[in-house]
Amino acid sequence: MALKSPVVFGVLSRLSRRSFSSSKALFSKPVTVRDALNQAIEEEMERDERVFVMGEEVAQYDGAYKVTRGLWKKYGDKRVIDTPITEMGFAGIAVGAAFAGLRPICEFMTFNFSMQAIDHIINSAAKTFYMSAGAVPVPIVFRGPNGAASGVAAQHSQCFGAWFAHCPGLKVVMPYSSEDAKGLLKAAIRDPDPVVCLENEMLYGVPFPMSDEAQSNEFVLPFGKAKVEREGKHITVVCAGRATDTALIAANELAGKGIECEVINLRSLRPLDFDTIARSVAKTHHIVTVEQGWPSCGIGAEICARLMESSTFFELDAPVWRVTGADVPMPYATTLEALALPRPPDVLAAVTGVLGARIDQASAQ
Amino acid sequence: MSKIIPSAAKLFAANTVSKSVSPAVSTNKKYSTKSEATFQIKPFKLHKLESGPATSATLTAEDALKLYERLAILRRIETASGNLYKEKIIRGFCHLYSGQEAVAVGMRAAMRDVDSVITAYRCHGWTYLMGVSVLGVLSELTGRRTGCSRGKGGSMHLYSKNFYGGNGIVGAQVPLGAGVAFAHKYRGDGGVCFALYGDGAANQGQLFEAYNMAALWDLPCVFVCENNGYGMGTSVDRASASTDYYSRGDYVPGIWVDGMDVLATREATKFAIDYCTKGKGPLVMEMETYRYSGHSMSDPGTSYRTRDEVQEVRQTRDPITSFKDKILTNNLATQEQLKEIDAKVRTEVDEATKQAKSEPEIGVEELSADIYYNCVEENIRGILPNAPMKHLEVVARK
Repeated sequence: MALKSPVVFGVLSRLSRRSFSSSKALFSKPVTVRDALNQAIEEEMERDERVFVMGEEVAQYDGAYKVTRGLWKKYGDKRVIDTPITEMGFAGIAVGAAFAGLRPICEFMTFNFSMQAIDHIINSAAKTFYMSAGAVPVPIVFRGPNGAASGVAAQHSQCFGAWFAHCPGLKVVMPYSSEDAKGLLKAAIRDPDPVVCLENEMLYGVPFPMSDEAQSNEFVLPFGKAKVEREGKHITVVCAGRATDTALIAANELAGKGIECEVINLRSLRPLDFDTIARSVAKTHHIVTVEQGWPSCGIGAEICARLMESSTFFELDAPVWRVTGADVPMPYATTLEALALPRPPDVLAAVTGVLGARIDQASAQ
Repeated sequence: MSKIIPSAAKLFAANTVSKSVSPAVSTNKKYSTKSEATFQIKPFKLHKLESGPATSATLTAEDALKLYERLAILRRIETASGNLYKEKIIRGFCHLYSGQEAVAVGMRAAMRDVDSVITAYRCHGWTYLMGVSVLGVLSELTGRRTGCSRGKGGSMHLYSKNFYGGNGIVGAQVPLGAGVAFAHKYRGDGGVCFALYGDGAANQGQLFEAYNMAALWDLPCVFVCENNGYGMGTSVDRASASTDYYSRGDYVPGIWVDGMDVLATREATKFAIDYCTKGKGPLVMEMETYRYSGHSMSDPGTSYRTRDEVQEVRQTRDPITSFKDKILTNNLATQEQLKEIDAKVRTEVDEATKQAKSEPEIGVEELSADIYYNCVEENIRGILPNAPMKHLEVVARK
């Protein structure tokens, strides 16, 4: 049955061009996040005629980051639409199309430019279902790379996780791996509510193994469910998106020192899977959060607040620490840039600090 | 106000051609004596169009009464709204449409079921014309359960089938409307979307983004600028480098329309639908009109214009009075018929007003209802962490 699907056939033929001979090798082969996102969009376009992609360079150029590669050739001008470089206008048009029952995928070349369109994301998309008492659903996906890339300075290196996660009416996902990317984006496209999918440019080219299940065109991941990337008993490390990479590298190193981190990849920022965090903290009694965004009112701040407000507070043996982007606009110079984003040694320092209960000492430095 | 338009009715009332109907009708004084009449319309101004809408319009007696009733009911709804606001029953904002009725009524008369509309916050009349009852409109304004948005939207957020609001952000509705038009084209359903905005919003950057994409993609979108002379309290001359709003789409063809004449707005809309459904892309229509009230209820509307100016428009250009004169002079309706309509409208609005005051608000449990179509959060947080709320699905899910 699977082979009859043009989508799967397309995937197979594409993979076979990369000279795989057996299906076993084929399914165990790592898939990049970019290809996983591409699969997700292609499969959902195949599944639902109402799905279309709109954004800058998504069609003839194959996507600024090639996420939409091949889609224009397959689906043509009607369903893969290059826009002028006018975010507010095309985001508004996409939301209007969703009002009228279509299922737009609105690509921002990067989320930095979504600020031009943020009125349509919040005021037009997120609030309309509530304001209309349920009369006007807004099934739209806003997606694109979010957060810091490399060497692109302040205006192009910002994480919007906290911005969008702040707003009721939106669902916000931040995939890390290829499975995350495919499963969350497919779920977002099928979802009847507005979803913001915050990807990361630096992860697009990274290959991750994908299970047979994840290769299926019915693979979707539930929103609001975190993934325990690594089990551990000493400390909980909560992260999402690219910060998961940082956390996992640190956890590996810490394991060599006898410290077992439980790394929780949130996958969704809204809803936030606090239950998984609470269960983990009940086991580890220590927690560190890791994110690339700024500290003030960030995702880590939200997790701290929820810990404080819940009985999980009593499980804590030490104060929580946040590992965040530095509270500065992103500098361009290489050495400064490196100091503005959390790296594995920062997570290492935070974990040893919290576990060593040397908070006072560390803070005093 | 630089452009005061003399009443089209007064100018052209003499130039009409009327046809007689069967004597059986004319013997009864209560009813009109003519079945239809033809009226001249104040010339349209065209931008990048070779021909425009018909400059004469035939009106049947039946349609005359329908249009009159709609004009009257819109005026009455706004009068009731103004009073409810003064009684402090309507809260927050309240933007009245009085003076501008001919725009909505004429447009609606030309629209088909497949067409759609989106407008800004001066939306009470449009909501009624798009199928919501007077009670549905007024009780939304009073925030009661019988409101069309169950009282959760308020005066700027009303919706119905093919009517996408009611938008409180100046200019935002314009790209949204282009998006609705995009959906018409995508589906191939033949529908046209009318995106209305004021002369204030006409200077918003996002309009020009929407014009551009609508023209690039030949979207069946009619951008309707309701030029009432003032964006909030700033006159058009003080806000717009060009007040020829019908030409501001540049490469998008445009039409200037006498927005005080319900027949002009009707004919222009017929033309626009015909134009857009031929796949020619978008159109701009400037409807020159006037608002009697201030921008919103908090604006007395007198500091930036004189009372005399408002009085003069009321006396010479009022869309209802001029239409009334027109249909009476041409025997399309009798005083008795119009009085009957006035009485019916008054009763309907008065009763709805009464009910809109006495209905309860929705239950407090609906604070956390319909935030999402499909809510995946177990609880919605309230003010305190120890009082979580359940997300309710009040509207039926498909």
